[in-house]
Amino acid sequence: MMAEIQHPLPNASWETRGYWEGAGRGEIVLQRCRSCGTVQHKPRGVCATCLSGDIEHFVASGRGTVYTFTVTNQNMAKGFAEACPYVMAYVTLEEGPRVLTNIVGCDPDTVIIGMKVTADFATQERDDGEAFAVPRFTPV
Amino acid sequence: MSIAGRFAIAGVYEHPSRFSPDKSEFQIMAECAKGALDDAGLQLSDVDGLFAASMTMGAMGIIDLAEYLNLKPDYLDGTNIGGSSFVAHVIHASAAINAGLCEVALVLYGSTAASSSMAIGTGGRGGAGPAESFISPYGMTTVGSYALYAQLHMNRYGTTSEQLAEIAVAARHHASMNPNAKMRQPITVDDVMSSRVISTPLHLLDCCIISDGGGAVIVTSLERARDLAKKPVIVLGAGEAAVHQEIGSPDLLTIAAKQSGAKAFGRAGLTPAEMDFAMLYDSFTITVLATLENLGFCQPGEGGDFVSGGRIKLGGALPLNLDGGGLSSNHPGMRGIFLVIEATKQLRGEGDVRQVQGARLACVHGTGGTIGDKHSGATLILGVE
Ligand SMILES: [Zn+2]
Repeated sequence: MMAEIQHPLPNASWETRGYWEGAGRGEIVLQRCRSCGTVQHKPRGVCATCLSGDIEHFVASGRGTVYTFTVTNQNMAKGFAEACPYVMAYVTLEEGPRVLTNIVGCDPDTVIIGMKVTADFATQERDDGEAFAVPRFTPV
Repeated sequence: MSIAGRFAIAGVYEHPSRFSPDKSEFQIMAECAKGALDDAGLQLSDVDGLFAASMTMGAMGIIDLAEYLNLKPDYLDGTNIGGSSFVAHVIHASAAINAGLCEVALVLYGSTAASSSMAIGTGGRGGAGPAESFISPYGMTTVGSYALYAQLHMNRYGTTSEQLAEIAVAARHHASMNPNAKMRQPITVDDVMSSRVISTPLHLLDCCIISDGGGAVIVTSLERARDLAKKPVIVLGAGEAAVHQEIGSPDLLTIAAKQSGAKAFGRAGLTPAEMDFAMLYDSFTITVLATLENLGFCQPGEGGDFVSGGRIKLGGALPLNLDGGGLSSNHPGMRGIFLVIEATKQLRGEGDVRQVQGARLACVHGTGGTIGDKHSGATLILGVE
């Protein structure tokens, strides 16, 4: 068994804070424009469809489908080199947006496009007082 | 007024070295500038427009370069949209000359990617900032980004690793005829297939090499180019585009080439079928296949068949990357400038043993960034009188 991925610590701006705080609570948090209704990701301070600043956050289902993936055998970066082979993937969320992520909790060779997955959160030790976590996905 | 047909490439030079531990980026650029100026029959003092980007030039790097060359140009463009930058610089130079802002544009690239040991393909991508934090926790690599694309293409269309390997085999075949190419020993589909898998489904030999290198291109008006040393290579059409992950779920298989290529061919009044050869950025084999489909050389999903059966080799229906490309000749971090240089040499009939006989029209497409995430595309249609 390879080592677990040591995910680099995410950092938030005021625009992206809702997403990472949500992850810290074990939730996938997305944005919806109150003006035109568009659900958007990555988070922004404005709606990228109508430029309204009237944005709300909501808790998404955390369920999605593997859009595409790759089993990474070589990544020289610390935290990943030790974890190869690991699965990097795009997951399309039920609410529409697509997120880059890792598929964990299964043999990399069993991951396929179209696989149903659900969010799984890696909490991290941080010394900056933030309670963020990194969303990954695992087979349903 | 369109820039189509009124501006030309008057001088080119590719640095012959693939490993230059004793040189700086700017020294390589300066050596290339001399080569291209000599090629055109111009002097450094004729240059009034300076265009460049590199792996390490920062926000005001273009001024540092002007200082190094002791140039005081009337027009500066340090646009960096990744490896396609230099294809874009040719477009921007044509526009600047068209606007009367400069007359002789010098486009430069230099890199010590190999001798300074940059881990371009399999180093971790993404920094620690808020925007990068949606990427960096997940172990994205450059290879990995293209692998995400390749996996989806294979799943949707049944494209095979053997078909991708054909692209690497053709590149090496062309490199075997290029005395400056870094990798010249011919390879087979089996060689590619048996090389180790870096990031599924991409093998080591699906990936570009890493070298040092540099190049220079001189752009001026067609009128002025006609009075210079070499046959002008005319900018017939041009287009640029950027593709990113948008806010929803765009089709990953649609890359920037779709938009930039449609503009370029439309402005030239030409079609892909009319091209005698093409120079397509080959960071990875899948990049070429994606670009062929998105430029309209074939339909989506047909790229695997298109690259098979010798069609993309010298003598085939659409020879690609006659210098050996980034897969075999050189890939010093960014390689858009070499696409323009080889296309120019071929269109002048200077291709030597790898010359595409009777070549009069070429498509050049640069991709910058990664097609599995966000990237730029710049397309040029070039021709001779
Ligand atoms: Zn809106």
